[in-house]
Amino acid sequence: MIDEGLRNDLSRQGVWLTSLGELANWGRRNSLWPLNFGLACCAIEMIAASMSRFDIARFGAEVFRPSPRQADLMIVAGTVTKKMAPVVVRLYNQMPEPKYVIALGACDISGGPFKQGYNVLKGIDRYLPVDVHIPGCPPRPEALLHGLLTLQKKIAAETLAGPVKPRHLDPRAPGEYPVPQYGPHDLQPSHHADLWQPAPVVRTE
Amino acid sequence: MESLQEIKGRIESAVPGASVQILPNAAVPSQSSLVVDATHAPAVARFLRDDPRLRFDFCSNVTGVDWLDAVTKQKARTQRMLDGVATEVEESVEHRRPGFLEVVYHLYSIALRHGPLVLRQRTDNRTERCALTSLTPVWRGAEFQEREIYDLFGIRLDGHPDLRRLLMWDEFADYPMRKDYAEPDDYEYEPTPHAGVLDKARRHFPAKSVR
Repeated sequence: MIDEGLRNDLSRQGVWLTSLGELANWGRRNSLWPLNFGLACCAIEMIAASMSRFDIARFGAEVFRPSPRQADLMIVAGTVTKKMAPVVVRLYNQMPEPKYVIALGACDISGGPFKQGYNVLKGIDRYLPVDVHIPGCPPRPEALLHGLLTLQKKIAAETLAGPVKPRHLDPRAPGEYPVPQYGPHDLQPSHHADLWQPAPVVRTE
Repeated sequence: MESLQEIKGRIESAVPGASVQILPNAAVPSQSSLVVDATHAPAVARFLRDDPRLRFDFCSNVTGVDWLDAVTKQKARTQRMLDGVATEVEESVEHRRPGFLEVVYHLYSIALRHGPLVLRQRTDNRTERCALTSLTPVWRGAEFQEREIYDLFGIRLDGHPDLRRLLMWDEFADYPMRKDYAEPDDYEYEPTPHAGVLDKARRHFPAKSVR
Protein backbone atom coordinates (compact mmCIF):
# COMPACT_ATOMS: atom_id res chain seq x y z
CA MET A 1 0.00 0.00 0.00
CA ILE A 2 1.16 3.53 -0.71
CA ASP A 3 1.52 6.03 2.09
CA GLU A 4 -1.48 8.39 1.89
CA GLY A 5 0.64 11.48 2.61
CA LEU A 6 3.11 10.62 -0.11
CA ARG A 7 0.28 10.00 -2.54
CA ASN A 8 -1.31 13.38 -1.74
CA ASP A 9 2.05 15.10 -2.23
CA LEU A 10 2.53 13.37 -5.56
CA SER A 11 -0.96 14.20 -6.74
CA ARG A 12 -0.28 17.86 -6.06
CA GLN A 13 2.77 17.49 -8.33
CA GLY A 14 0.59 16.03 -11.07
CA VAL A 15 1.50 12.39 -10.50
CA TRP A 16 -1.42 10.09 -9.86
CA LEU A 17 -0.57 6.87 -8.12
CA THR A 18 -3.02 4.03 -7.82
CA SER A 19 -3.22 0.29 -7.69
CA LEU A 20 -4.89 -2.02 -10.13
CA GLY A 21 -7.58 -2.93 -7.61
CA GLU A 22 -8.41 0.68 -6.87
CA LEU A 23 -8.56 1.49 -10.54
CA ALA A 24 -10.90 -1.43 -11.18
CA ASN A 25 -13.12 -0.45 -8.26
CA TRP A 26 -13.16 3.18 -9.35
CA GLY A 27 -14.34 2.26 -12.80
CA ARG A 28 -16.74 -0.35 -11.56
CA ARG A 29 -18.47 1.72 -8.91
CA ASN A 30 -18.93 4.78 -11.08
CA SER A 31 -20.69 3.06 -13.94
CA LEU A 32 -23.21 0.70 -12.44
CA TRP A 33 -25.78 -0.24 -15.04
CA PRO A 34 -29.08 -1.13 -13.40
CA LEU A 35 -31.43 -3.70 -14.81
CA ASN A 36 -34.53 -1.93 -16.06
CA PHE A 37 -37.47 -3.49 -14.28
CA GLY A 38 -39.91 -2.57 -11.56
CA LEU A 39 -42.32 -4.69 -9.59
CA ALA A 40 -44.53 -2.18 -7.78
CA CYS A 41 -44.78 1.41 -6.58
CA CYS A 42 -41.11 1.61 -5.47
CA ALA A 43 -40.28 1.49 -9.18
CA ILE A 44 -42.01 4.87 -9.57
CA GLU A 45 -39.52 6.32 -7.09
CA MET A 46 -36.72 4.61 -8.99
CA ILE A 47 -37.96 6.26 -12.19
CA ALA A 48 -38.13 9.60 -10.39
CA ALA A 49 -34.54 9.10 -9.24
CA SER A 50 -33.47 8.62 -12.84
CA MET A 51 -35.21 11.79 -14.05
CA SER A 52 -33.86 15.34 -14.09
CA ARG A 53 -34.91 16.40 -10.58
CA PHE A 54 -32.86 13.75 -8.80
CA ASP A 55 -30.65 12.65 -11.69
CA ILE A 56 -29.05 9.32 -10.85
CA ALA A 57 -26.71 10.04 -13.79
CA ARG A 58 -24.65 12.18 -11.42
CA PHE A 59 -23.48 8.92 -9.90
CA GLY A 60 -23.02 7.06 -13.14
CA ALA A 61 -25.97 4.69 -12.81
CA GLU A 62 -28.29 6.15 -15.42
CA VAL A 63 -27.91 3.47 -18.09
CA PHE A 64 -30.92 1.31 -17.32
CA ARG A 65 -30.54 -1.81 -19.43
CA PRO A 66 -33.50 -3.83 -20.64
CA SER A 67 -31.41 -7.01 -20.76
CA PRO A 68 -29.85 -8.76 -17.76
CA ARG A 69 -26.86 -9.64 -19.95
CA GLN A 70 -25.86 -5.98 -20.00
CA ALA A 71 -26.64 -5.01 -16.43
CA ASP A 72 -24.58 -5.32 -13.27
CA LEU A 73 -26.95 -3.82 -10.69
CA MET A 74 -30.33 -5.28 -9.85
CA ILE A 75 -32.59 -2.78 -8.10
CA VAL A 76 -35.43 -4.99 -6.87
CA ALA A 77 -38.03 -2.24 -6.64
CA GLY A 78 -41.34 -3.29 -5.17
CA THR A 79 -43.36 -6.20 -3.87
CA VAL A 80 -41.98 -9.58 -4.94
CA THR A 81 -44.92 -11.93 -5.20
CA LYS A 82 -44.24 -15.63 -4.95
CA LYS A 83 -45.28 -15.98 -8.56
CA MET A 84 -42.66 -13.41 -9.59
CA ALA A 85 -39.83 -14.57 -7.30
CA PRO A 86 -38.49 -17.36 -9.60
CA VAL A 87 -38.40 -14.87 -12.46
CA VAL A 88 -36.38 -12.39 -10.40
CA VAL A 89 -33.89 -15.10 -9.39
CA ARG A 90 -33.58 -16.23 -13.00
CA LEU A 91 -32.91 -12.65 -14.13
CA TYR A 92 -30.22 -12.38 -11.46
CA ASN A 93 -28.61 -15.60 -12.67
CA GLN A 94 -28.50 -14.20 -16.20
CA MET A 95 -26.56 -11.10 -15.16
CA PRO A 96 -22.77 -11.21 -15.70
CA GLU A 97 -20.38 -10.87 -12.79
CA PRO A 98 -19.66 -8.68 -10.94
CA LYS A 99 -23.23 -8.03 -9.98
CA TYR A 100 -24.90 -6.32 -7.08
CA VAL A 101 -28.41 -6.27 -5.63
CA ILE A 102 -30.21 -3.37 -3.99
CA ALA A 103 -33.46 -4.20 -2.19
CA LEU A 104 -35.59 -1.08 -2.49
CA GLY A 105 -38.52 -0.70 -0.12
CA ALA A 106 -40.22 -2.47 2.74
CA CYS A 107 -41.84 -5.23 0.67
CA ASP A 108 -38.53 -6.26 -0.76
CA ILE A 109 -36.89 -6.43 2.61
CA SER A 110 -39.53 -8.25 4.63
CA GLY A 111 -42.82 -8.41 2.76
CA GLY A 112 -43.72 -5.00 4.19
CA PRO A 113 -47.44 -4.40 4.60
CA PHE A 114 -48.13 -7.70 2.84
CA LYS A 115 -46.05 -9.76 5.26
CA GLN A 116 -49.04 -11.72 6.50
CA GLY A 117 -50.24 -12.46 2.99
CA TYR A 118 -50.06 -15.88 1.44
CA ASN A 119 -48.80 -14.70 -1.92
CA VAL A 120 -45.94 -12.30 -1.13
CA LEU A 121 -42.33 -13.30 -0.65
CA LYS A 122 -41.12 -12.10 2.75
CA GLY A 123 -37.97 -10.51 1.45
CA ILE A 124 -35.88 -11.12 -1.67
CA ASP A 125 -32.89 -11.85 0.59
CA ARG A 126 -34.36 -15.32 1.05
CA TYR A 127 -33.17 -16.16 -2.46
CA LEU A 128 -30.58 -13.55 -3.48
CA PRO A 129 -27.51 -12.02 -1.81
CA VAL A 130 -28.62 -8.44 -1.17
CA ASP A 131 -25.86 -5.84 -0.88
CA VAL A 132 -27.85 -2.81 0.26
CA HIS A 133 -31.30 -2.68 1.87
CA ILE A 134 -33.18 0.62 1.51
CA PRO A 135 -36.15 0.87 3.89
CA GLY A 136 -39.18 3.02 3.23
CA CYS A 137 -42.64 2.63 1.83
CA PRO A 138 -41.71 3.74 -0.74
CA PRO A 139 -38.25 5.22 -0.13
CA ARG A 140 -37.65 8.73 -1.42
CA PRO A 141 -35.41 9.04 -4.48
CA GLU A 142 -32.78 10.55 -2.19
CA ALA A 143 -32.85 7.29 -0.23
CA LEU A 144 -32.13 5.36 -3.42
CA LEU A 145 -29.25 7.71 -4.20
CA HIS A 146 -27.95 7.20 -0.66
CA GLY A 147 -28.24 3.46 -1.12
CA LEU A 148 -26.34 3.72 -4.39
CA LEU A 149 -23.57 5.72 -2.68
CA THR A 150 -23.48 3.09 0.08
CA LEU A 151 -23.03 0.42 -2.57
CA GLN A 152 -20.28 2.48 -4.20
CA LYS A 153 -18.46 2.67 -0.87
CA LYS A 154 -18.84 -1.06 -0.52
CA ILE A 155 -17.38 -1.62 -3.99
CA ALA A 156 -14.52 0.80 -3.26
CA ALA A 157 -13.58 -1.33 -0.25
CA GLU A 158 -13.34 -4.52 -2.30
CA THR A 159 -9.92 -6.07 -2.86
CA LEU A 160 -8.81 -8.24 -5.73
CA ALA A 161 -7.41 -10.94 -3.45
CA GLY A 162 -7.28 -11.91 0.17
CA PRO A 163 -9.87 -13.07 2.64
CA VAL A 164 -12.19 -10.10 2.06
CA LYS A 165 -12.28 -10.39 -1.71
CA PRO A 166 -15.75 -9.99 -3.21
CA ARG A 167 -18.04 -12.87 -3.99
CA HIS A 168 -17.44 -12.84 -7.73
CA LEU A 169 -13.68 -13.33 -7.24
CA ASP A 170 -14.16 -16.28 -4.90
CA PRO A 171 -14.08 -19.50 -6.93
CA ARG A 172 -16.01 -21.34 -4.26
CA ALA A 173 -18.86 -18.82 -4.22
CA PRO A 174 -21.86 -19.74 -6.34
CA GLY A 175 -22.26 -17.84 -9.57
CA GLU A 176 -25.89 -18.81 -9.77
CA TYR A 177 -28.56 -19.19 -7.16
CA PRO A 178 -31.16 -21.95 -7.40
CA VAL A 179 -34.45 -20.84 -8.89
CA PRO A 180 -37.34 -21.77 -6.57
CA GLN A 181 -40.00 -24.01 -8.03
CA TYR A 182 -43.75 -23.47 -7.94
CA GLY A 183 -45.06 -25.96 -5.40
CA PRO A 184 -48.61 -27.03 -4.56
CA HIS A 185 -48.74 -24.84 -1.44
CA ASP A 186 -45.69 -22.57 -1.52
CA LEU A 187 -42.43 -21.99 -3.33
CA GLN A 188 -40.00 -24.87 -2.98
CA PRO A 189 -37.66 -24.34 -1.24
CA SER A 190 -39.11 -21.50 0.80
CA HIS A 191 -35.66 -19.92 1.17
CA HIS A 192 -31.98 -20.46 0.33
CA ALA A 193 -30.49 -21.91 3.49
CA ASP A 194 -27.02 -20.42 2.90
CA LEU A 195 -28.40 -16.93 2.49
CA TRP A 196 -31.14 -16.67 5.04
CA GLN A 197 -32.16 -18.27 8.28
CA PRO A 198 -34.95 -17.29 10.65
CA ALA A 199 -33.77 -14.82 13.25
CA PRO A 200 -32.81 -16.51 16.54
CA VAL A 201 -35.14 -14.77 18.94
CA VAL A 202 -36.03 -16.04 22.39
CA ARG A 203 -39.10 -14.72 24.12
CA THR A 204 -38.42 -13.17 27.50
CA GLU A 205 -41.85 -13.77 29.02
CA MET B 1 -86.50 -0.54 -12.49
CA GLU B 2 -89.22 -3.05 -11.78
CA SER B 3 -89.44 -4.63 -8.34
CA LEU B 4 -87.69 -7.91 -7.74
CA GLN B 5 -91.04 -9.67 -7.47
CA GLU B 6 -91.99 -8.52 -10.96
CA ILE B 7 -88.60 -9.47 -12.37
CA LYS B 8 -88.81 -12.87 -10.71
CA GLY B 9 -92.25 -13.48 -12.18
CA ARG B 10 -91.17 -12.43 -15.64
CA ILE B 11 -88.03 -14.62 -15.46
CA GLU B 12 -90.14 -17.61 -14.47
CA SER B 13 -92.50 -17.11 -17.38
CA ALA B 14 -89.68 -16.42 -19.85
CA VAL B 15 -87.34 -19.23 -18.75
CA PRO B 16 -89.46 -22.28 -17.98
CA GLY B 17 -88.05 -24.48 -15.26
CA ALA B 18 -85.77 -21.82 -13.78
CA SER B 19 -85.73 -21.70 -10.02
CA VAL B 20 -85.48 -18.09 -8.86
CA GLN B 21 -85.51 -17.07 -5.23
CA ILE B 22 -85.50 -13.62 -3.74
CA LEU B 23 -82.90 -13.20 -1.03
CA PRO B 24 -83.92 -10.21 1.05
CA ASN B 25 -81.31 -7.80 2.33
CA ALA B 26 -82.67 -6.34 5.54
CA ALA B 27 -80.07 -3.60 5.75
CA VAL B 28 -80.40 -2.29 2.18
CA PRO B 29 -83.81 -3.37 0.86
CA SER B 30 -83.07 -1.98 -2.61
CA GLN B 31 -80.18 -4.43 -2.90
CA SER B 32 -81.99 -7.65 -2.28
CA SER B 33 -80.81 -10.27 -4.66
CA LEU B 34 -82.00 -13.06 -6.90
CA VAL B 35 -80.64 -16.58 -6.42
CA VAL B 36 -80.82 -18.61 -9.61
CA ASP B 37 -80.00 -22.26 -10.16
CA ALA B 38 -76.83 -23.04 -12.06
CA THR B 39 -78.54 -24.95 -14.88
CA HIS B 40 -80.74 -22.07 -15.96
CA ALA B 41 -78.35 -19.24 -15.04
CA PRO B 42 -77.21 -18.46 -18.63
CA ALA B 43 -80.79 -18.37 -19.91
CA VAL B 44 -81.82 -16.12 -17.02
CA ALA B 45 -78.78 -13.89 -17.65
CA ARG B 46 -79.63 -13.63 -21.36
CA PHE B 47 -83.16 -12.68 -20.47
CA LEU B 48 -81.95 -9.98 -18.07
CA ARG B 49 -79.61 -8.63 -20.70
CA ASP B 50 -81.97 -8.71 -23.68
CA ASP B 51 -85.35 -7.90 -22.21
CA PRO B 52 -86.30 -4.41 -23.48
CA ARG B 53 -87.52 -3.27 -20.06
CA LEU B 54 -84.48 -4.53 -18.16
CA ARG B 55 -81.47 -4.46 -20.52
CA PHE B 56 -78.79 -5.22 -17.95
CA ASP B 57 -75.99 -4.68 -20.41
CA PHE B 58 -73.19 -4.10 -17.88
CA CYS B 59 -71.85 -6.67 -15.45
CA SER B 60 -70.07 -4.38 -13.03
CA ASN B 61 -68.63 -6.84 -10.59
CA VAL B 62 -68.34 -10.56 -10.02
CA THR B 63 -67.22 -11.87 -6.69
CA GLY B 64 -67.24 -15.04 -4.62
CA VAL B 65 -68.34 -15.77 -1.08
CA ASP B 66 -67.46 -18.72 1.10
CA TRP B 67 -70.17 -19.65 3.59
CA LEU B 68 -69.06 -22.07 6.27
CA ASP B 69 -71.38 -24.50 8.00
CA ALA B 70 -73.45 -22.46 10.41
CA VAL B 71 -75.56 -23.26 13.43
CA THR B 72 -78.07 -20.62 14.42
CA LYS B 73 -80.13 -20.73 17.54
CA GLN B 74 -83.63 -19.37 17.52
CA LYS B 75 -85.93 -19.02 20.49
CA ALA B 76 -89.33 -20.48 19.93
CA ARG B 77 -92.36 -20.59 22.21
CA THR B 78 -94.07 -23.94 22.44
CA GLN B 79 -96.97 -25.31 24.46
CA ARG B 80 -95.91 -27.96 26.92
CA MET B 81 -97.82 -29.92 29.50
CA LEU B 82 -96.16 -29.25 32.84
CA ASP B 83 -97.76 -30.97 35.84
CA GLY B 84 -100.98 -31.32 33.94
CA VAL B 85 -101.10 -27.60 33.12
CA ALA B 86 -100.52 -26.30 29.62
CA THR B 87 -97.80 -23.69 29.89
CA GLU B 88 -95.87 -21.76 27.31
CA VAL B 89 -92.19 -22.70 27.39
CA GLU B 90 -89.38 -20.89 25.62
CA GLU B 91 -87.02 -23.27 23.88
CA SER B 92 -84.02 -22.63 21.72
CA VAL B 93 -84.08 -24.53 18.48
CA GLU B 94 -80.89 -25.15 16.56
CA HIS B 95 -80.87 -24.65 12.82
CA ARG B 96 -77.99 -26.30 11.03
CA ARG B 97 -77.20 -24.82 7.65
CA PRO B 98 -74.58 -26.64 5.56
CA GLY B 99 -71.88 -24.47 4.05
CA PHE B 100 -71.78 -23.53 0.41
CA LEU B 101 -69.91 -21.37 -2.07
CA GLU B 102 -71.53 -18.51 -3.87
CA VAL B 103 -70.88 -16.31 -6.90
CA VAL B 104 -72.39 -12.82 -6.88
CA TYR B 105 -72.93 -10.70 -9.99
CA HIS B 106 -73.75 -7.00 -9.84
CA LEU B 107 -75.64 -5.93 -12.94
CA TYR B 108 -76.40 -2.43 -14.21
CA SER B 109 -78.15 -1.10 -17.26
CA ILE B 110 -76.19 1.63 -18.97
CA ALA B 111 -78.89 2.03 -21.61
CA LEU B 112 -81.78 2.45 -19.17
CA ARG B 113 -79.69 3.81 -16.30
CA HIS B 114 -80.85 1.52 -13.58
CA GLY B 115 -79.37 -1.02 -11.24
CA PRO B 116 -77.84 -2.70 -9.45
CA LEU B 117 -79.48 -6.06 -9.74
CA VAL B 118 -77.66 -8.60 -7.60
CA LEU B 119 -77.65 -12.08 -9.08
CA ARG B 120 -76.33 -15.07 -7.16
CA GLN B 121 -75.54 -18.69 -7.85
CA ARG B 122 -74.91 -21.16 -5.05
CA THR B 123 -73.20 -24.54 -4.92
CA ASP B 124 -74.65 -27.47 -3.02
CA ASN B 125 -71.73 -27.77 -0.64
CA ARG B 126 -68.18 -26.61 -0.14
CA THR B 127 -66.23 -29.75 -1.00
CA GLU B 128 -67.01 -31.94 -3.96
CA ARG B 129 -69.86 -30.29 -5.84
CA CYS B 130 -68.40 -26.86 -6.50
CA ALA B 131 -69.44 -26.31 -10.11
CA LEU B 132 -71.59 -23.44 -11.31
CA THR B 133 -72.26 -22.01 -14.74
CA SER B 134 -70.16 -19.26 -16.22
CA LEU B 135 -71.89 -16.11 -17.39
CA THR B 136 -68.92 -14.96 -19.47
CA PRO B 137 -70.75 -15.95 -22.69
CA VAL B 138 -73.40 -13.39 -21.71
CA TRP B 139 -71.20 -10.63 -20.27
CA ARG B 140 -67.68 -10.79 -21.69
CA GLY B 141 -66.41 -8.52 -18.93
CA ALA B 142 -66.89 -11.30 -16.40
CA GLU B 143 -64.08 -13.37 -17.88
CA PHE B 144 -61.15 -12.35 -15.68
CA GLN B 145 -63.27 -11.98 -12.57
CA GLU B 146 -64.62 -15.48 -12.99
CA ARG B 147 -61.08 -16.74 -13.47
CA GLU B 148 -60.12 -15.01 -10.26
CA ILE B 149 -63.04 -16.68 -8.46
CA TYR B 150 -61.94 -20.04 -9.81
CA ASP B 151 -58.40 -19.28 -8.68
CA LEU B 152 -59.17 -18.08 -5.16
CA PHE B 153 -62.37 -19.94 -4.25
CA GLY B 154 -62.12 -23.07 -6.36
CA ILE B 155 -65.55 -22.72 -7.92
CA ARG B 156 -65.47 -24.37 -11.34
CA LEU B 157 -67.49 -22.25 -13.75
CA ASP B 158 -68.63 -24.46 -16.60
CA GLY B 159 -68.89 -22.80 -19.98
CA HIS B 160 -66.03 -20.38 -19.32
CA PRO B 161 -63.91 -20.03 -22.47
CA ASP B 162 -60.54 -20.03 -20.69
CA LEU B 163 -60.80 -21.26 -17.12
CA ARG B 164 -57.26 -21.12 -15.74
CA ARG B 165 -55.80 -19.70 -12.56
CA LEU B 166 -55.37 -15.96 -12.83
CA LEU B 167 -53.22 -14.81 -9.92
CA MET B 168 -51.59 -17.92 -8.47
CA TRP B 169 -49.43 -20.29 -10.46
CA ASP B 170 -50.94 -23.28 -12.23
CA GLU B 171 -49.31 -25.82 -9.91
CA PHE B 172 -50.88 -24.19 -6.85
CA ALA B 173 -53.34 -26.60 -5.23
CA ASP B 174 -55.10 -24.45 -2.61
CA TYR B 175 -57.86 -21.88 -2.77
CA PRO B 176 -56.62 -18.98 -0.65
CA MET B 177 -59.86 -17.06 -0.17
CA ARG B 178 -61.66 -20.01 1.35
CA LYS B 179 -62.15 -19.53 5.04
CA ASP B 180 -60.47 -22.81 5.95
CA TYR B 181 -57.32 -22.07 3.94
CA ALA B 182 -54.11 -22.50 5.93
CA GLU B 183 -51.42 -20.14 4.65
CA PRO B 184 -47.77 -21.21 4.57
CA ASP B 185 -46.08 -20.59 7.89
CA ASP B 186 -43.26 -18.48 6.50
CA TYR B 187 -42.90 -15.36 8.58
CA GLU B 188 -41.58 -15.22 12.07
CA TYR B 189 -41.54 -11.97 13.88
CA GLU B 190 -44.36 -9.55 14.42
CA PRO B 191 -43.81 -6.35 16.38
CA THR B 192 -47.34 -6.36 17.78
CA PRO B 193 -48.46 -9.96 17.89
CA HIS B 194 -52.07 -10.67 18.60
CA ALA B 195 -54.59 -13.48 18.16
CA GLY B 196 -53.48 -15.98 15.51
CA VAL B 197 -50.22 -14.13 14.92
CA LEU B 198 -49.42 -14.37 18.62
CA ASP B 199 -49.94 -18.14 18.54
CA LYS B 200 -47.64 -18.31 15.54
CA ALA B 201 -44.99 -16.23 17.31
CA ARG B 202 -45.21 -18.55 20.34
CA ARG B 203 -44.71 -21.58 18.11
CA HIS B 204 -41.70 -20.03 16.40
CA PHE B 205 -40.10 -18.57 19.47
CA PRO B 206 -40.68 -20.74 22.50
CA ALA B 207 -39.98 -19.06 25.85
CA LYS B 208 -36.60 -19.57 27.53
CA SER B 209 -38.02 -21.99 30.07
CA VAL B 210 -39.31 -24.27 27.30
CA ARG B 211 -35.93 -24.43 25.63
